[in-house]
Amino acid sequence: MKMSEAIRFHFDVDGDNFTSAGQASVQIKKNLRQLGISPETIRRVSIAMYEGEINMVIHANGGSADVLVYEDGIEIILADKGPGIPNIELAMKEGYSTAPDNVRNLGFGAGMGLPNMKRYTDDMKIETEQGVGTTITMRVNL
Amino acid sequence: MKISTIKELLSAEVLCNEEMLSHEVYSACGSDMMSDVLAYVKNQAVLLTGLVNAQVIRTAEMMDMVCVVFVRSKKPSPEMIELAKECGLVVLSTDKRMYEACGKLYANGLKAGDEDE
Repeated sequence: MKMSEAIRFHFDVDGDNFTSAGQASVQIKKNLRQLGISPETIRRVSIAMYEGEINMVIHANGGSADVLVYEDGIEIILADKGPGIPNIELAMKEGYSTAPDNVRNLGFGAGMGLPNMKRYTDDMKIETEQGVGTTITMRVNL
Repeated sequence: MKISTIKELLSAEVLCNEEMLSHEVYSACGSDMMSDVLAYVKNQAVLLTGLVNAQVIRTAEMMDMVCVVFVRSKKPSPEMIELAKECGLVVLSTDKRMYEACGKLYANGLKAGDEDE
């Protein structure tokens, strides 16, 4: 398969509903399983995407998630029109969180989201502009 | 340890996927913070938690777990049970508190599993 023939999955992430957050990640797990991707790779992709989905719901009122499966890797692109990340270095620090208390009561907001996304992927790029939005592109090599 | 043994040790009620009780599990973790489960857990098959929302089930699914135990008599909603059924997760509910529930399972041989490096 050539790079141009990537298999693409697209999801809209609903920003109003914390209960449904993560649906896209559950779905992508199934899709990747059907493609015969190894369980360890599937876990890395789905956890990174799940953290991203949760982040989009908490901070950015939702967005979109695209997963592209190439011959040599899987790319996850998460894009939102949220407030942007003012200080990426700080946001990447384990334990640093700007999530409100009610999110912590739901079991999130420990400041592990972005660090986890980086930990589980081979490459992560953050493009963010305050008041415009954030796009995070992650890659897991196959 | 079989999931059925967990059920007995914790006097737990089985809320779904009862047919999977004979499944063997080797390690478990306990946390109310799903962020921490996603960050530090590795290959553990059982999650004990006092948190009740759909993200508990999704987190367990993401981590390829097979059993979720709700402590302190917490009961998941029908929607959560439905989600757990789809994911193939056994859901148990016990009146034990977190410390006691984890302690009982650990003392009976269910380990913590891989340490985070």
